[in-house]
Amino acid sequence: MSTDTVDRPGEIHARPVRHPGRWVALVIIAILVAMLISSFITNPKWDWGFAFQIMQQKPVINGLWKGTILGTIGAMILGIVLGVILAVMRLSENPVLRGVSFAYTWFFRAMPRYVLLAFMGGAIALLYREFDIGVPFGQQIAGALGLSTDLTFWSFSWNDISSTIWVGILGLGLSEAAYMAEIARAGILSVDKGQGEAAQALGMSPGQAMRRIILPQAMRVIVPPTGNETIAMVKDTSLFIAASIITELYFQAYGFGQRSFKIVPGFMAAVMWYLIVCSILMVGQSYLERYFGRGFGAQAPTKRERKVKDLLSRTGDH
Amino acid sequence: MADMPLVHAVNVTKSFGDNQVLKGIDMDVHKGEVVCFLGPSGSGKTTFLRCINQLETINGGRIWVDGELMGYADKGGVLHRLHDKEIARQRREIGMVFQRFNLFPHKTVLDNIIEAPVQVKGEKKAEVTVRAKELLERVGLADKPLAYPGQLSGGQQQRVAIARALAMRPKLMLFDEPTSALDPELVGEVLTVMRELAKEGMTMIVVTHEMAFARDVADRVVFMDGGVVVEQGDPKQVINNPQHERTQTFLRRMQSEHEQAVAAVADPLGLTQDS
Ligand SMILES: Nc1ncnc2c1ncn2[C@@H]1O[C@H](COP(=O)(O)OP(=O)(O)O)[C@@H](O)[C@H]1O
Ligand SMILES: [Mg+2]
Repeated sequence: MSTDTVDRPGEIHARPVRHPGRWVALVIIAILVAMLISSFITNPKWDWGFAFQIMQQKPVINGLWKGTILGTIGAMILGIVLGVILAVMRLSENPVLRGVSFAYTWFFRAMPRYVLLAFMGGAIALLYREFDIGVPFGQQIAGALGLSTDLTFWSFSWNDISSTIWVGILGLGLSEAAYMAEIARAGILSVDKGQGEAAQALGMSPGQAMRRIILPQAMRVIVPPTGNETIAMVKDTSLFIAASIITELYFQAYGFGQRSFKIVPGFMAAVMWYLIVCSILMVGQSYLERYFGRGFGAQAPTKRERKVKDLLSRTGDH
Repeated sequence: MADMPLVHAVNVTKSFGDNQVLKGIDMDVHKGEVVCFLGPSGSGKTTFLRCINQLETINGGRIWVDGELMGYADKGGVLHRLHDKEIARQRREIGMVFQRFNLFPHKTVLDNIIEAPVQVKGEKKAEVTVRAKELLERVGLADKPLAYPGQLSGGQQQRVAIARALAMRPKLMLFDEPTSALDPELVGEVLTVMRELAKEGMTMIVVTHEMAFARDVADRVVFMDGGVVVEQGDPKQVINNPQHERTQTFLRRMQSEHEQAVAAVADPLGLTQDS
């Protein structure tokens, strides 16, 4: 071999592959978008100015916060907590718990949310006016023993909460739990069996191992579909009207348009709020994914890790 | 009970379905003793270790660790299965190191080590952190407390796993082929840590294929095959002069595998004589 490098191939300056298809697609899309925008501007029925006004109306904002957003948060919290419990039950060794979890999931996955909300809004008040929290069969027992109390500690009337956001949260949350249970179960099963064994070998109880070791790792699998569920939930709050819950974005925005005989801006006001809320959620989801993916790829230390480093340097000089 | 061995196993049997994996194991391990388990794959070594700390439930026999019957309460001759929480308490005293490390990937090295002392024993975080730092120094990883397991080599991960087990101040350490998942050049660093531990007087049961380690470090070598203890005794005696035919066959095969491995490394370098 010679040490002469003159004839040896040097750096590559190649021509890139051409993509004429991309340019054609760009032109077609550009034309379609231009047509759409022009229609937005020239067709007065869109009436964007009025749509923006509707977006800022007090009842609409109220519906957004106290209906759509509160309803989403409440239903998702209920759905996630109950869903994880159902998933753990489904994976437990106790056949009763497994059966209950299975039956729950079966029932609520088969129930359309609209029907469920309509049932809760309409039928429950007919069936049970009062809910008593107390000793089971307390009234019968008290009657048999001749007691003056009926062993009830707390009671409320369904009418007090019907048509409120609480019925909406309860209905959507119960339904969501069935889906979250499946998602959480897949997440738990995705964690290596050795993790639970290592935790138990260190003396953790099965519950501790689940909470401290398995669930945090399952979150990596659970978070992305939960983000999708949350975004879907934002939209499902528009079903609240089935339970006569009127403090809600779509009902308020559409109603405002209807009363002004301008239905289209009413729609568009709701659409734009949904787009804004869902966009914010998508950004939040990507942050969550990064947080629960820690340890599964190189990244900068989190705030907590910097705190630990602090602690370490302080405990160093004892 | 005072002179009972630290581990006292009597006639331990274990089946998976129809497959009887342990067929009556008797085994005593005394405080400070290092016992190495050898034997072909599938002979039940891992299963026996897992029975000692109750990761598997035995079908017959008894296991005592430090005088305490594992997994059961003996009430007038009738055994009552212990509650999960009680079994968890019994496990605190027994450290286990797995073939595949099983570090918690979502926690830093430091958090891996302090997790159990804080969560299980309720120790103060600051105190455990000091101890964790000392342990990391001992296993040669003082500079890695904030690394995640995924950022470490296999050898480093296994050393963290040893530190994590030691943080619970166990009376007994179980090692299940701790170097089998490692690249050959990383085996030494883990064995060095284990040698140190043995020298400090830790009671250790080690399943391994590292003959040199067994010969130099173990007080006793146990050869298992087909769910029974075939032969046991002084390491040099068992390894250099095995009495039982099955032991001889196994050791011969290990020997030839070892030579092949050495040859495979040596040949490309042109180190073999006959070329
Ligand atoms: N969880 C299990 N379920 C069914 N069979 C198992 C299980 N664990 C181990 N075995 C079987 O028990 C036998 C002994 O396995 P093991 O204790 O891992 O052997 P060794 O560690 O000596 O290689 C093997 O035949 C294996 O297939
Ligand atoms: Mg094994």
